Amino acid sequence: MSSLPPYASTGQRVWHYSYLAICAAIFFFLIFPIIVILPLSFNAENFFTFTPAMLALDPEGYSLKHYYDFFTNPDWQQALKNSVMIAPVATILATSFGTLAAIGLSQSHVPYKPAIMAVLISPMIVPLIISAAGMYFFYSRIGLQGTYWGVVMAHAALGTPFVIITVTATLVGFDRSLVRAAANLGANPVTTFFKIQMPLIVPGVVSGALFAFITSFDEVVVVLFLGSAAQKTLPWQMFTGLREQISPTILAVASLMVAISIVLLTILELLRRRSERLRGLSPG
Amino acid sequence: MSETADQLLTTKDGKPLKAALAKALRRDKLRALALIAPLLIFVLLTFVAPIVDMLFRSVENDIVSETLPRTVIELQDWDAESGVVPGDATYNALHYDLMIAAEKKKHTQLGTRLNYEETGISSAFRKTGRRVDDFGEGYTDQFVALNEAWEAPATWVDLLASPDWVKSQATWAAGDQKATAEPSFVINDTARKALPQTSEIYGAFARTIQVEDQDSPTEEEPWNAVYSALYEDLTANPAAADAFSGANEALLSEAAAAVATFTPVDIKALFVKADKDWGEPSIWQTIKTFAPAYTSGYFLNSVDAQLTADGVQMKPEDERIYLFLFGRTLMLSMAITISCLLLGYPIAFLLAHLPLRTSNLLMILVLLPFWTSLLVRTSAWKVLLQQQGVINDFLVWIGVISDAGRLVMINNQTGTIIAMTHILLPFMILPLFSVMKTISPNYVRAAKSLGATNWTAFWRVYFPQSVPGIGAGAVLAFILSIGYYITPELVGGTSGIFISNRIAYHISSSLNWGLAAALGTMLLAAVMILFLVYDRIVGIDNVKLG
Repeated sequence: MSSLPPYASTGQRVWHYSYLAICAAIFFFLIFPIIVILPLSFNAENFFTFTPAMLALDPEGYSLKHYYDFFTNPDWQQALKNSVMIAPVATILATSFGTLAAIGLSQSHVPYKPAIMAVLISPMIVPLIISAAGMYFFYSRIGLQGTYWGVVMAHAALGTPFVIITVTATLVGFDRSLVRAAANLGANPVTTFFKIQMPLIVPGVVSGALFAFITSFDEVVVVLFLGSAAQKTLPWQMFTGLREQISPTILAVASLMVAISIVLLTILELLRRRSERLRGLSPG
Repeated sequence: MSETADQLLTTKDGKPLKAALAKALRRDKLRALALIAPLLIFVLLTFVAPIVDMLFRSVENDIVSETLPRTVIELQDWDAESGVVPGDATYNALHYDLMIAAEKKKHTQLGTRLNYEETGISSAFRKTGRRVDDFGEGYTDQFVALNEAWEAPATWVDLLASPDWVKSQATWAAGDQKATAEPSFVINDTARKALPQTSEIYGAFARTIQVEDQDSPTEEEPWNAVYSALYEDLTANPAAADAFSGANEALLSEAAAAVATFTPVDIKALFVKADKDWGEPSIWQTIKTFAPAYTSGYFLNSVDAQLTADGVQMKPEDERIYLFLFGRTLMLSMAITISCLLLGYPIAFLLAHLPLRTSNLLMILVLLPFWTSLLVRTSAWKVLLQQQGVINDFLVWIGVISDAGRLVMINNQTGTIIAMTHILLPFMILPLFSVMKTISPNYVRAAKSLGATNWTAFWRVYFPQSVPGIGAGAVLAFILSIGYYITPELVGGTSGIFISNRIAYHISSSLNWGLAAALGTMLLAAVMILFLVYDRIVGIDNVKLG
């Protein structure tokens, strides 16, 4: 499909190029909304569209005022601070519990494995609005609703399935004879874990942690119900901003978040390559 | 040989090998479980328990029997089909229940709860709650006219309080009153037996003023309802005074002799005067129908039906919304899934057949939206689609539409479908891509060499092999789509919202948590069924990310 044979008929040529054009259009659909907010976030006016000055590439039409607003407005700064306080703690909880459980699940004899797996994966499957509703009812009963730890624990629970899945995937390719060799050479289980197993599964753990982090960092439904004003996170502030007083500062925040996504995506890709190289799955 | 066959295989230290192996296996299992246990407990506590709690809440209904215990018991013998209101005993019971509820300010909650089932009940409870305090006033006046002692709080305490309480109350009153609360009021046994109603209502009175108002029964004149209860007790048991002694006996005998000449107060008439609904059987039917501690009412509500005295009935045509909303959620999710498939299949096909280097590069275009915050993408669509937005401006500029004829693409179903398709497209492309990667090109080559046209080779040979990918991607996109909340809320307006938006509305605005839980339970059931399908197609262990 990638290239046409020299003997292709006109009809085939037309079809081939129109197919490529369709694909280009779909890629455009996928990427355009994300690209378009970058220039718009430098708008000098409080508009959500390109002003004539911007189209004329007039420097007057561009400014950093929305970024300035983000970094000086106390609402946004508080939201950023809350996000930075909640997401890493939720990530640490999810990653440490999740990695241990994934190692447990990869052992050869695990009783009730399908049932356990179903329970552990369930936070990923249940629609967020239902998790949010259930947690809201339950956490109100036990007094965790509207508290920092309530939000952190909810986010950690939502992030664990991703850790389990990525770490389990790494462990599938893990050669267990390495552990036996270590034991044979006199290492105790703890040394074996940290010296042999951990370095090899680290890419899986890190990408699981990244997934858990982004789950918490982007999460808005659960925190909307579980949190109080003191736990207002960045996505929550964006949500209210979009619903009530729409200000272009949102576009500046969105652009910064796209930058964060690009960084995360790059780290993940590098990890994936490293892991494949270590396991000898791909030439590089 | 025959010797070794009889011998058990043993380990070096003489244990049977079988037992030693079993022991090792058990240790392995325990170690695995010990590693899993922390997370399992964590998820059970923070996630599974809330879901179970929600399931429970969707049928839980103890507010009626908790707030109106006496009325519920009286109503057991009443025939809801009879078309007449219950007897005076039920009105009396409701008088006491409502008096206590009103003082604890719980009657409005009950009114709100029952109002979900029949409109108008809330106002009946509110209006009556304001006046119920005066219902027994007729008796109070007559008792006080008979003997002024009935007006003194001390008379009541002397008559009804247990001697132990009187003692501990006196100790408390002598000490620093602010340091601790007054000891909780206790009824004496004599009164409990001889004057059951009075003891019960007075006990409720004493504890309520102690807790709600931090007042002491030794200083407060009881509610009118207590006089009303005393009237009933003495009418039912004129010999009640014999159980007491001294001044109390004299006081009670005098009252017992007089009650026969008292003018009875028509409690029922007072209820009807407070709100005329109390004279209709329908309000009583509703209370009786929702008296049990568990109800199917919320579930019936979420399918536009209701529980009436005549059994389950559909709601009136103009009040049905949930079946319609469920239907719309399914239709829109289907439309989104189909658009995802139509857009995702060509892309996955292209990515699967390009050289690795190029396809890795293009894959970034799929993964970047996947990794970008949901709110970023939703705000981008809001910017693009609105009437003064980028797309409309562009179309006006190239002259396709006039400035007055700007397209309405947001706050309706179009907005929801476009934005959600964009958001869910990567979830369709990634499973399709991983399935297409495994399809060997040899089959298509063989088909072509046997004379098939390009189309036939694709449709008859390639496409059927890609169906598992379509199944996995479609089910995944559909599952994610029917539970979506944020995007429909922001770009869906009123015509593009899902059932999840209604759930959120009932949690945070209407506060009808039972209905929210029932709707959530039904949505959860739908997702679970779909997930079983997904498990069949892909297998839960094969879920891959990125």
